Amino acid sequence: MTTSVERDPRLTGDEGVRGHLGAFRRRVTGGELGALPVVIGLVVICLYLQTQNDRFLLPGNVTNLILQVAAVGTISVGVVLVLLLGEIDLSVAAVSGLTSAVMAVLAVHGVHPVVAVLAALVLGAAIGAFQGFMFAVTSVPSFVVTLAGLIAWQGVLLQVLGSTGTVNLPFGTGVSRLVYTFFGDVVGYLLAAAVVAVFVLQALGSRRQRRAAGLEASSPLVIGVRAALLAVGVFFLAYWLNRDRGVPLALVIFVGLVVVFDLVTRHTAYGRHIFAVGGNPEAAWRAGINVTAVRISVFVLAGTMAAAGGVLAAARLTAVNQSTGGGDLLLNAIAAAVIGGTSLFGGRGSAYSALLGVLVIGSISNGLDLLNKSSAVKFMITGAVLLVAATIDALARRGRQARGRA
Amino acid sequence: MTGGEGDGALLELRGISKQFGAVQALTDVDFSVRRGEVVALVGDNGAGKSTLVKVIEGVGPANAGEIRFAGRLARIADPHDATALGIATVYQDLALCDNLDVAGNLFLGREERRRGLAGAVGWLHEVGMERRATDLLWTLSVRLPSVRTPVASLSGGQRQSVAIARSLIGEPRVVLLDEPTAALGVAQTAQVLDLIRRLRDRGLGVVVISHNLADVFAVADRIVVLRLGRNAGEFDVAGTTREQVVAAITGAADADAAATDVGPAGVGS
Repeated sequence: MTTSVERDPRLTGDEGVRGHLGAFRRRVTGGELGALPVVIGLVVICLYLQTQNDRFLLPGNVTNLILQVAAVGTISVGVVLVLLLGEIDLSVAAVSGLTSAVMAVLAVHGVHPVVAVLAALVLGAAIGAFQGFMFAVTSVPSFVVTLAGLIAWQGVLLQVLGSTGTVNLPFGTGVSRLVYTFFGDVVGYLLAAAVVAVFVLQALGSRRQRRAAGLEASSPLVIGVRAALLAVGVFFLAYWLNRDRGVPLALVIFVGLVVVFDLVTRHTAYGRHIFAVGGNPEAAWRAGINVTAVRISVFVLAGTMAAAGGVLAAARLTAVNQSTGGGDLLLNAIAAAVIGGTSLFGGRGSAYSALLGVLVIGSISNGLDLLNKSSAVKFMITGAVLLVAATIDALARRGRQARGRA
Repeated sequence: MTGGEGDGALLELRGISKQFGAVQALTDVDFSVRRGEVVALVGDNGAGKSTLVKVIEGVGPANAGEIRFAGRLARIADPHDATALGIATVYQDLALCDNLDVAGNLFLGREERRRGLAGAVGWLHEVGMERRATDLLWTLSVRLPSVRTPVASLSGGQRQSVAIARSLIGEPRVVLLDEPTAALGVAQTAQVLDLIRRLRDRGLGVVVISHNLADVFAVADRIVVLRLGRNAGEFDVAGTTREQVVAAITGAADADAAATDVGPAGVGS
């Protein structure tokens, strides 16, 4: 390789494709598994379900699957943040139910849908702030605070819904358009192109900066290969969804939130502080980080994301009733984060685990529905997958510790 | 020997006393460290080493006595004051985040941000931090595969080195090291002692709290002994035997002091 800028002799030279593969192998054998297990798992599950029922991967069903998982996935993004802190939020599903009920009640009383949705988000944030305060300042364990929340907010939900117990939203207008809006044909492809363009610009910008500073940087070939893989993926998805109704707005919202929170957690000082508090709160405190503020703010975000997920769920069902936010919603939201590779021990994980995990859970649920399996089978299989994911996390952690004391 | 004003004592404590309720933890203790000097603070358990260190780092301010920094009277009421003066502490438990990489730990709590709008939302200047981290570790001769290595995968000596390097990010003038070699093997101890010498060569005042007299004699220029919360002796490492220091630590010197005059100053009687 000819380089115009003289490279720092101290670098290990992981620039080319071979270097990247080597670094990848070192990470995996060192217990930094990242998204690898869940990606493999997702592929296996999808292929298996496709062999059992050839409608599974057809455009119509993929669209259904996306609409089904967007709400849980959005809630799960908030759960990921809380898990990064090493805490738990058991109230997210109840909060999503309550906030969506408030949104629905406001909407049917003539409040503008945008205002109603904002009210739901603000309420979710306020609930998160309260629970975060109870945990971070008064030191009640987050498990207990949010368990109390789980019960209490369900009660408030019943109160809000009143005697009828159900609020129906108009279909096709207002809030339901959050889910039932599709970007067909050209717009779908433009979205895909935008995703690839942002990736390439960001990668090239980072490469230029790093080389200017004399640090190792990805080679153009590596960036090209990655961009090509990404482009194939998103353009095929756009093409596939275009064969049905187009790219759903719910998908754009959900994936957009995942990307934003991924950037926030990995590239901002705030995100770094979340990881630090999750990894070693004492060290974070001594380093001058306001641990209390970080903790409260994460619960605020979790509450807000729960509300956003609740709004999406209500928009999809065009109704809120007494069981909204109940059932297996909480379990799926937490399971998705863990299955996606976010550690329950705190300090390890990524916003993308919400996306990957919810796709795994959603695929199982959707596929087994196609096979006319009962809820009993669904629960058992989802439970087994969760156990496998948590086991992989625990084993990887042991692997890291074993190597860490070399 | 207790650094007069003229010879540039960087940090100087005089007549420091500290009580916890009825317990007199420190009585009229003097302590000083100069630029480019390694001072070892030794003493038996309960001698007051930790209490004195807490006075210096602002965690537990003294009840009486005065502190001078670079010749000026200083007040250290909380850890922030100590940091502002230029005093950094490396804790015995290192206070590292295992899940963050080396660069992340070095800059924890004082991350560099991008300029402009990106910086306003807290966007990290990763490249700048990685560059500075690599340079800092290089000048300290700390060998790591990459500053992107998670701290969890480092050896004990490497972790200690990272913790020490981190204390230098804020460009302090005095560094306090609490038992820096306590949990390390032979080779790693040598590594860390080397690093301590390099801190001295950079012109820092270094205070090492240690139980291990072998390490103390290997790295320190001066040894300050505390016993029962009082100064129990002060030795130049050159021309001092380990027996003399042990005698000061255990108090055996008290009995001999009148007769042999080994030199412990300020022994309360």
